[in-house]
Amino acid sequence: MVANAVEVEGLRKAYGPVEAVRGISFEVAEGEVFALLGPNGAGKTTTVEILEGFRHRDGGKVSVLGFDPASGDRRLKVQMGVVLQTTGVDPYLTVAETVDMFRGYYPRPRARDEVIKLVGLEDKSGARVTRLSGGQRRRLDVAIALAGDPQILFLDEPTTGFDPGAKRNAWEVIKGLAGLGKTIFLTSHSMDEVQFLADRVVIIAAGRIVAEGTPESLMGRQQSDTLIRFRLPDSAGALPEALRGAARLDGGSVEIETKDPTRALFELTSWAVQKNVSLDGLQVTRPSLEDVYLEITRKAEAVGTPA
Amino acid sequence: MNDLRLAVRQAWYINKAFIRNPAALFFTLVFPLMFLVIFTVIFGNGHIQVGPGKTVLVSTFYVPAIAAFSVINACYTNIAISLSGSRDTGALKRIHGSPLPVWAYMAARILHAVAMAIVLVVICAAFGAAFYGATLPTNTLPSFLLTLVVGAAVFSALGVAMTAVIPNADAAPAVVNATILPLLFISNIFIPLENPSGWIDVVGKVFPIRHFADAMIGSFLGLSGSGLHVNDFLVMGAWGIGALFFGVRFFRWEPRT
Repeated sequence: MVANAVEVEGLRKAYGPVEAVRGISFEVAEGEVFALLGPNGAGKTTTVEILEGFRHRDGGKVSVLGFDPASGDRRLKVQMGVVLQTTGVDPYLTVAETVDMFRGYYPRPRARDEVIKLVGLEDKSGARVTRLSGGQRRRLDVAIALAGDPQILFLDEPTTGFDPGAKRNAWEVIKGLAGLGKTIFLTSHSMDEVQFLADRVVIIAAGRIVAEGTPESLMGRQQSDTLIRFRLPDSAGALPEALRGAARLDGGSVEIETKDPTRALFELTSWAVQKNVSLDGLQVTRPSLEDVYLEITRKAEAVGTPA
Repeated sequence: MNDLRLAVRQAWYINKAFIRNPAALFFTLVFPLMFLVIFTVIFGNGHIQVGPGKTVLVSTFYVPAIAAFSVINACYTNIAISLSGSRDTGALKRIHGSPLPVWAYMAARILHAVAMAIVLVVICAAFGAAFYGATLPTNTLPSFLLTLVVGAAVFSALGVAMTAVIPNADAAPAVVNATILPLLFISNIFIPLENPSGWIDVVGKVFPIRHFADAMIGSFLGLSGSGLHVNDFLVMGAWGIGALFFGVRFFRWEPRT
């Protein structure tokens, strides 16, 4: 039986008259990489910070590894690693000293050099935090979160400001941790990141859950169609009958939306070969998670209560 | 590792960061000693009456007075400003999310501040002994040490409590100085008060600085038998307990915006 690392039921939180979270429920299984997505102001950080124990909820039930995070129970804190949206460490300590300082708070910490190597800061081990770049500070943040060898890791937009190489490394590190059976709770604005890492996704907008499932299932429920794009020379003449209805022409380029890409491509390419027309820049695009995300959140905001 | 060791270890890291921060070093360690030198050079040659039939060189007066200022500076000023700074950078939130117990972190801050205060008092006392023959009478030494420890604890608690009033790190030095500078002038620290009268005496005695200064100076100069200033302790203690309750109720681990 797979236990749930996180259970949230009917969670509510308001700041004065503003309802940030309006009754959301979800579970995260142990060992799962879970992503909570949503536009700015949707209630993501509020939700994460309630799970991390930084904020108190107004209503609902919350459990993390069997504990109520609002209790501030140390038995929970020693099993939890947190990367906050904003970094905050003493600028006058070195990377190694900072990691060591945090390691000391945990009963069974990971080895210091191992942690520093995991985030790729081994060359900066003796450097003071003041001397680190923004991306390096962020990586130090991840190192601090790993210092206690946590069972569950909360990563609030962990790769913001990373260069592509560092981002890829961070993803591999997170995948590796998931492979060791750690539970990862992720928020992100990078849909590539979510598509690469997440086993399951919950999308919230205006404090409510608007979609959930695996990245694949979310993309599958997408209602917009596969898009075929190409450029057509003026000399080519009219498109085959079957495609004419769905085609949109914009200068020399053509877009065709279809629910049946196999048939549409067959019609198109057999017509082109027959007429000896070259379809320059031919592209077939499945809707990405980003398209799905944009569509879902746009709809949710359109029906959401006006502010 | 037990929690007390965690607190001492944390104080060690706080000290490590502290000694690498030139501004903190200057304002906490050098600043009070600079005042000691300047005041004794400018006003030191006069005599003042500090008690019934007891007259000392003004220089001698400044040794315990600036020792008291050092304690206030290392505990109240230093804690209020550095804690506000850590709160604004998010370092406090980070610590709060870790398993380090809250009390161990606060104890570490206060331990470090008190240690700084003790170092400064020792330097002031050595300065007094070397240049003005102002040695501490052995019979009032316990009272002097007790005053030092109680004062350090009270001003540390006030420093922590003050962060609940300070809006952000930029405003911290201004708020802190606005609260203590006027009092330093009317509380027998920067200017010796000979027969203080009227509102200066009344206003000064409402706040803890005057009582701390009187107790430090009294026990250092051996003005009364044991040097124990019970009434001064009561007022300081009341402020300390008030600060403790206020701090526990209103302390914030995250930026106040």
